[in-house]
Amino acid sequence: MKQTNQRAWFFLLPALIIVAINAFIPFMTVINYSFIDKLQGLPSFWIGLENYSSVLQNNNFRQAVGRQFAFSFLVLAIQVPLGILISLGMPKKGIGATATLIAIGLPLLIPWQVVGIIWRAFTRSDLGFVPIIFNQFNYNYDAALNSADAWWTVVIMDVWHWTPLIALLCYSGLNAIPDAYYQAARIDGASRLKTFWVVTLPRLRSVLTIGILLRFMDSFRIYIEPTMVTGGGPGNTTAFMSDVLVRQAQAFNFGPAAAMSLIYFYIILIISYVFFQVLTNAGTGSDQPQEA
Amino acid sequence: MRRILSFLGMTLYFAFLAMPLLWMLSMSFKTTDEILTVRSFIPQAFTWQNYQTVLTDPGWRSAFFNSLLYVFINTVITLIVALPAAYAFSRYKFRGDHHLFFWLLTNRMAPGAVFVLPFVQLYGREGLGLFDTHWAVALAHTLFSIPLAVWILEGFMSGIPKAIDETAYIDGYSFPGFFFKIFTPLIAPGIGVAAFFSFMFSWVEVIMASNLTRTNARPLAVALTASLGAEGWDWGVIAAVGVLTLVPGAVLIYFVRNNLAKGFALGRV
Repeated sequence: MKQTNQRAWFFLLPALIIVAINAFIPFMTVINYSFIDKLQGLPSFWIGLENYSSVLQNNNFRQAVGRQFAFSFLVLAIQVPLGILISLGMPKKGIGATATLIAIGLPLLIPWQVVGIIWRAFTRSDLGFVPIIFNQFNYNYDAALNSADAWWTVVIMDVWHWTPLIALLCYSGLNAIPDAYYQAARIDGASRLKTFWVVTLPRLRSVLTIGILLRFMDSFRIYIEPTMVTGGGPGNTTAFMSDVLVRQAQAFNFGPAAAMSLIYFYIILIISYVFFQVLTNAGTGSDQPQEA
Repeated sequence: MRRILSFLGMTLYFAFLAMPLLWMLSMSFKTTDEILTVRSFIPQAFTWQNYQTVLTDPGWRSAFFNSLLYVFINTVITLIVALPAAYAFSRYKFRGDHHLFFWLLTNRMAPGAVFVLPFVQLYGREGLGLFDTHWAVALAHTLFSIPLAVWILEGFMSGIPKAIDETAYIDGYSFPGFFFKIFTPLIAPGIGVAAFFSFMFSWVEVIMASNLTRTNARPLAVALTASLGAEGWDWGVIAAVGVLTLVPGAVLIYFVRNNLAKGFALGRV
């Protein structure tokens, strides 16, 4: 049983101070901006919720929200099952394990800008490899002109980039499952599928919680990679929320941009909280958050 | 049959994983002419020229150094403050612990694009006065890395039975003695994994790093953006830089491979 002890705060203090300085001050500034009309060189004045209502009526923003949900849903729906499958197929020891770990980790360790550049080089119609493949099948692939091509290119790029995160986390989780669990399942005559559902998956809950939360947040905030590959185009078809936001900020519409970031932040916060609660309690038969 | 299917699946996945990387690798050994005219995985006029250009240029070299330095500082700070914090979450119950734990993670949720403006003010001359130093980027990145490190370390720590702590006290260890001599070695794999993630998210982040620096601490990302000139990209050089950005990460994974393989599935969530 854990001690109830306020000494804990002493241990937490350094982390809290650093995070709080970084978090609170910028956050307060953004909240402040979101309620004022700020033009460079002019005194700013309080305009209440006007920025918020203008953002909510902004068609670009609304469409970006829709695209963003579709994108995040799609990449999670692909990456989570695929990542689990890959982690199951990875060798457990020896040189094969080292080699696969390094190979799988590589996409995660490339600066995001470079990820975009790689995919641009890989898919561009004048110097990429992908267009050649599609040409073999008489399909004229062009991510710069065809919206569907652009959309799928960005999705596949994200799958390439981030499935390794889920795979690595699950691999790590799988290695922590004691063999005795599998032996017990075998003695009970459980099928492979049944063993997976009853033994493996519940034991992966903790790593999957971190993985799904990270993937959700980061996919929702995606910016640099699509900018590098498609520039948000053709038209606006791959302009996600950050893209619309940056355009606002670059046009010095700080008020609406701040309001937009806060709406954006709260969408991520609420959905992450729901994920967190559901995943924390899934399979534990408890409605209450687990004891901390 | 199942084996064959699984082998086929893994082969397909690795081909998918490798192809864009190999394409970049082959581009880095090609001349600009060849990149724009011939399209094949194997360079026809193999050249080291692009690497020579990058490695002899002081701008690129200092950009690499700057990125490595702030990533390193970030990882060290993160581990120093995340270890005790994770210990608190794993061992004690206190008011608001569950919410605080989630709050930490909410700091990863703010969209960088707008939040970066007040960050620049915070680190600027009227704030902390750290603008354009490695410390600015390293500290700003702790906003993402500390929460994640606390989550990961807490998971590992909760896998260590509480009895270990109690036995150590009975044996006469002081708290620091226990923490550094007994506890830290036990969660070494966790420290490796947390360091890996701190390194990773700091190394790949672009928006903060480029906005908090100008010339002294100019990171790789900015050098790269600057090189994307108006008269078309020098694809060979860009590809060479891309390949070089993989090296520190690959080395790091090699070192933490056993930690990743050891597994972490225990703990809070």
